[in-house]
Amino acid sequence: MKKLVLMLSTVVLSLAINMQAQAGNVETLQSEYQAAGAGNFSASNGEKMWVKNNLDKKSGKQRNCQTCHGKVLTQSGKHARTGKVIEPLARSVNSERLTDIKFMKKWLKRNCKWTIGRECSAQEKGDFLEYLKGQ
Amino acid sequence: MNTKLISKMVMSGALLMMAISANAGGGSGVAPVNNTLYAEECGTCHFAYQPGLLPERSWRKLMAGLDDHFDENAELDEVDRLKLENYLVTYAGDHSNYKRSKKLMRSIRNGDAPLRITMIPYLKKEHREVPKDVLKNEKIRSLSNCDVCHRTAQKGDFEERGIDIPGYGKWED
Ligand code: HEC
Ligand code: HEC
Ligand code: HEC
Repeated sequence: MKKLVLMLSTVVLSLAINMQAQAGNVETLQSEYQAAGAGNFSASNGEKMWVKNNLDKKSGKQRNCQTCHGKVLTQSGKHARTGKVIEPLARSVNSERLTDIKFMKKWLKRNCKWTIGRECSAQEKGDFLEYLKGQ
Repeated sequence: MNTKLISKMVMSGALLMMAISANAGGGSGVAPVNNTLYAEECGTCHFAYQPGLLPERSWRKLMAGLDDHFDENAELDEVDRLKLENYLVTYAGDHSNYKRSKKLMRSIRNGDAPLRITMIPYLKKEHREVPKDVLKNEKIRSLSNCDVCHRTAQKGDFEERGIDIPGYGKWED
């Protein structure tokens, strides 16, 4: 009987670990950024960067994270170019947000490059997530 | 005239054509998208264009420059990028037996590798009659948003009866 319990719990545990590896939450990603050298994360720094304008030389236009995600995070945004709707980023209205590490990494890379013109540092990415987490 | 013979010939001709197209998986539109990774990754910012809308050489060029994708960043990790390039190349227009793909491909000059479907000569010609001012409509914005006007675009069907332009209405010649 003890053996069975042990076996079952091993199965459950490995399943849980597996799921974690596949999706993984925002905290896991943030500790990954800390392991890469970032310090404590600050929601207010994240917010400042979120609204800060960056001039795109090619188009001559200002860009920030609100350009596509909109001014209110609990409402849906609109892709600046294609007009396609982007569902709200706030977890308080959209429980699917910040639940997939691969997805978060992919979009942080693309959006930093597009908006700021370079990749963000581990600290900056963690700060962005800290800000988004509280919405 | 031997009508029986003629009808027999027509009949077998039709059957032969059907057999050929069934065999090659052909149809009247373009082959619909049948790959979830593609639908997810290439359908986030716009309509997931069917592979049969561009030739292999175009897809290869497009997939080599995702970091500057029409002034957008659409970068992927290398594993997914390769998977998607393989999918696009396999079902590319120049390997398709669908009628619409064939027409599109035939109009592209040898060696040309357009990155825009909307710039393919056959499509430019077909779209000549689209009133320019409809593109000012917020819901449409650009000819690249196929599915906004072609309501059956997801099925690979671009026939005229499926066209309904926002703010303009059904398209009747
Ligand atoms: C050009 C348009 C655009 C801009 C500007 C933009 N984003 Fe995004 N962002 C998107 C799209 C498209 C998605 C993916 C679609 C979706 O999540 O619904 C996305 C998704 C995300 C996600 C993933 C959310 C999740 O659920 O995991 C994060 C995080 C994010 N963006 C952060 C940012 C940050 C930080 C900035 C500013 C540096 C920014 N975005 C600017 C278009 C944009
Ligand atoms: C980050 C957003 C984004 C992602 C992700 C994206 N695209 Fe695009 N794509 C665009 C924009 C913006 C345009 C230009 C639309 C316009 O001019 O109206 C475009 C245009 C295109 C066009 C040309 C359409 C025309 O005008 O004929 C093709 C083909 C295309 N994309 C294929 C792809 C493929 C394949 C993928 C997946 C590997 C992909 N896109 C992923 C944003 C994106
Ligand atoms: C603004 C609305 C609009 C958009 C966006 C649009 N089309 Fe069209 N399209 C039309 C109209 C209208 C016609 C019919 C023109 C005619 O023959 O009178 C047409 C015709 C066509 C035809 C020929 C149909 C036939 O029966 O001969 C094809 C194929 C086609 N479009 C493909 C596309 C593709 C692919 C895209 C996206 C890359 C696209 N269209 C975007 C409006 C649109």
